[in-house]
Amino acid sequence: MGFLSTTFSVSRYYIQNTFDSEPMEQVRQGLVKHAIPKLENEYEEISAGWTPYESPYLPDFEKFSFVFGPYFLFSLRIDKKSIPAKLVQKQMAIEIEKKKEKSGRDFISKNEKSEIKEMVMDVLMHKMPSIPNVYDILWNYESADLFLLTTQKAANEFFENIFLKSFNLKPIRIFPYTLVETKSAFSSAQKDRILTLTPLHHVR
Amino acid sequence: MLDIATAYNKYGFLGNDFLTWLWFIIETDQDITRIMASKEPVSLDIGNSLVLENTLGDKSKEKITIKGDQAGLEEGTTALKKGAKVTEMNLLCTLGQEEEYKFTIKGESFNITGLKTPSAGRDGVDDEIEGLILEKAHLLFRITQVIDTLFLAYLYLRTADDWKDNSLRRMRAWIYND
Repeated sequence: MGFLSTTFSVSRYYIQNTFDSEPMEQVRQGLVKHAIPKLENEYEEISAGWTPYESPYLPDFEKFSFVFGPYFLFSLRIDKKSIPAKLVQKQMAIEIEKKKEKSGRDFISKNEKSEIKEMVMDVLMHKMPSIPNVYDILWNYESADLFLLTTQKAANEFFENIFLKSFNLKPIRIFPYTLVETKSAFSSAQKDRILTLTPLHHVR
Repeated sequence: MLDIATAYNKYGFLGNDFLTWLWFIIETDQDITRIMASKEPVSLDIGNSLVLENTLGDKSKEKITIKGDQAGLEEGTTALKKGAKVTEMNLLCTLGQEEEYKFTIKGESFNITGLKTPSAGRDGVDDEIEGLILEKAHLLFRITQVIDTLFLAYLYLRTADDWKDNSLRRMRAWIYND
């Protein structure tokens, strides 16, 4: 399990705003509403949603908890169908040959070729199983700190979108500037001074 | 607050400047516990990788990567003399007497990769998973607190009136081996 693994990668967020009331219940509702579907949609290239930390492949928030002491811990699962280019190439060659035989011509037009490609992609997409990727999330609601256990840009973007949609709270990525804005006790004057800094010139 | 994407690009240099300073304070054996005003001892060491980048005149970038457990860092200080900054570094951090962490941090994003915390205890029987999670969460918060405190301490020094005459002067003396 990612979070309890020996080593992991992490990107950090600050959660702007809070719920009006009953945060635990609101989180539960958001998780249930945007849980990853139990059954795979055969035609979707990508599907993403929440799943319990202890049960990444059976997203049942009634059976598995997301509350551990003062933390919310759950996972984002992103299922993606990925069709190898060489497989597309092979199927295309087969289908083009069939088309030529059927039409009695020794060539096919550009339009016919794109139609074949569309058809091949549809068939392969339907047949291909999704590959799941699971990213754990640790959220301390009280301190507004959240850790996403990945630094992959695409996963970060998925997370930011689905988090906002699920909880109507905006996750702000922590990096040098946002750390100053969200976690420092600097006065406005000190912050202004920091924001006028230019890159360090350490060369003589 | 500024637009996030704009702020990321505009102030990414603060993170790289911070890592460069961090290397300086580690190499010159400065008292990190005191810098952090920590109640418990904190020590830092450079781990097995260091990446520096230098923006050249034509805006292209020169990247210097030093890797390996026994790697010498001389190439890094040479790059510093040419104006390079540390953009990524692997660190070993010890909190208290024996709480050891290892991780790589990127200056621009503060992304942490390959984080290895002390192992969470495995004594519990019932509620074992919850105990492990709480302990791991505690360790994760502790190490990120170290990073935050050091970064804010750096900014405090960097915006101090005596930055140029004090910290920067000493940093240059280290870079040029005065």
